[in-house]
Amino acid sequence: MKYLLLMYANETVASSFTPEQFQTANQEWMALTKELQDAGVLLGNSGLSPVANATSVRVRDSKTLVTDGPFAETHEQLGGYFLVECSDLDEAISWAAKFPNAKYGTVEVRPLWSGR
Amino acid sequence: MALSKFARCGLEGSDTSRMTASDQIEATFRAEHGRVLAALISQLGDFTLAEDALQDALVNALERWEVDGVPHNPGAWLTTVAKRRAIDRLRRSSTQERNAVILETFTEQDEPDMDDPIPDDRLKLMFTCCHPSLALEAQVALTLHTLGGLSTPEIARAFLVPVPTMAQRLARARAKIRNAGIPYRVPPADVLPERLDALLAVIYLIFNEGYVATEGEVLTRSDLCSEAIRLCRVLVDLLPERAEAHGLLALMLLHDARRETRLNDAGELVLLEDQDRSLWDRVKIEEGVAVLDAALKLYTPGPYQVQAAISALHAEATTAEATDWQQIAALYDTLAIMIPSVVVEVNRAVAAGMAGGARTGLDMLLRLEDQAGQFYPYHVARADLLRRTNQREAAADAYKQALVLCGNSAERAYLQRRLDEMLNF
Repeated sequence: MKYLLLMYANETVASSFTPEQFQTANQEWMALTKELQDAGVLLGNSGLSPVANATSVRVRDSKTLVTDGPFAETHEQLGGYFLVECSDLDEAISWAAKFPNAKYGTVEVRPLWSGR
Repeated sequence: MALSKFARCGLEGSDTSRMTASDQIEATFRAEHGRVLAALISQLGDFTLAEDALQDALVNALERWEVDGVPHNPGAWLTTVAKRRAIDRLRRSSTQERNAVILETFTEQDEPDMDDPIPDDRLKLMFTCCHPSLALEAQVALTLHTLGGLSTPEIARAFLVPVPTMAQRLARARAKIRNAGIPYRVPPADVLPERLDALLAVIYLIFNEGYVATEGEVLTRSDLCSEAIRLCRVLVDLLPERAEAHGLLALMLLHDARRETRLNDAGELVLLEDQDRSLWDRVKIEEGVAVLDAALKLYTPGPYQVQAAISALHAEATTAEATDWQQIAALYDTLAIMIPSVVVEVNRAVAAGMAGGARTGLDMLLRLEDQAGQFYPYHVARADLLRRTNQREAAADAYKQALVLCGNSAERAYLQRRLDEMLNF
């Protein structure tokens, strides 16, 4: 099954990192990415630009409304994703638990839409 | 199907020879449901299909068994018929490739012998139903439905929710098992302990739902206790090396032995010390103690075993005065280290108060006030210790505070009586 692992965390946590902390975090992400690749489960991944760069688009009464900011102002923001192929939810959970942001944020495990 | 006789047909302690034919059929359904369903899911690889096919087979059985009587191996009968119904269902909708694959592997197998023992896959089913990605209330409902064989209306009634709400809860849980890929297997060793804890918590929650029932559907709800005990027996059989599974079974048996004496005829809570000990179920107490002894021999202590040990000390005291409060207090000390919580601390203070004088207990309670002030058992504990030391005014105030916070009618009746005693002397 394909799962999208969504990385949520408070953006201010990462933005207040010291250069050393930033480098450590970077290495952790790179190590995780490599581990996922080596296990043959990684289908795609990327980090996201901060929500300050987000734009929300809505069409109402045929008019396109464009506004600054993310869809919802929340305590934790979506910071990136990993698309993985796992045999079941437990395997996806075990990968999610290895995410560095699981320690200070949340990893949401979402199966891809299967048409049912 | 098993709507009206829920309260009577738990196999727990029942005598099948005195049952009517339909009672016996229902009891058989309940007893076989979990094992048959678990085996079907294993073979079909599809939770929903297995449930639907078993449902078909149960309808079939109800018609046939009323006439022919219950077959000597009802589980094998149900499994065989359910498999045929599953094949029918797959053929009817065999447009999907997936179905064709299942059908192929399935019909290749020899026609199962009615006397074949059914493989016991209930442990897999338990872990699937109690997967932490399901909401707790869904875990509870699904466990009762699949393993206990309780119908949706029965579970709805037991949890005091409308039937459509419960039906939706079950349907969503089933959909999530399929769509989120919740595995159907016993978890690997690295996650087994935490998953087992979750499973035990679900069983204990089912038990407590029945145990604290005080009004309305008392009979229906109290049968949840029997169901929880039955589920835990299955678990102990399947995981005999897990001490806490034994511990929980012992704890529930020991509590259940006293269930009938917890409330008086007026529906008022009766404290342990005032209960008629001659009415306690000696058979359950003996079994509870034996199960606890077996658990302790596994040398992996845990909170359920400690609580069972506390319960056993109460159960084995011939009079309230003979209660070994020193040991109970020591066990609460242990419990407070294992599972620190305000609830445990309040009980620990009460035990210390009973063991070493009310003053000690009251001092311990005083230190808990900030954390426990909104928790009514805290005020009950204080009130009872103040009453024992004849501090009537302070006791009355504490009973009043408890009454403000307590919503349970049986306990309120008890508290009101104590308050009246304190005021009218």
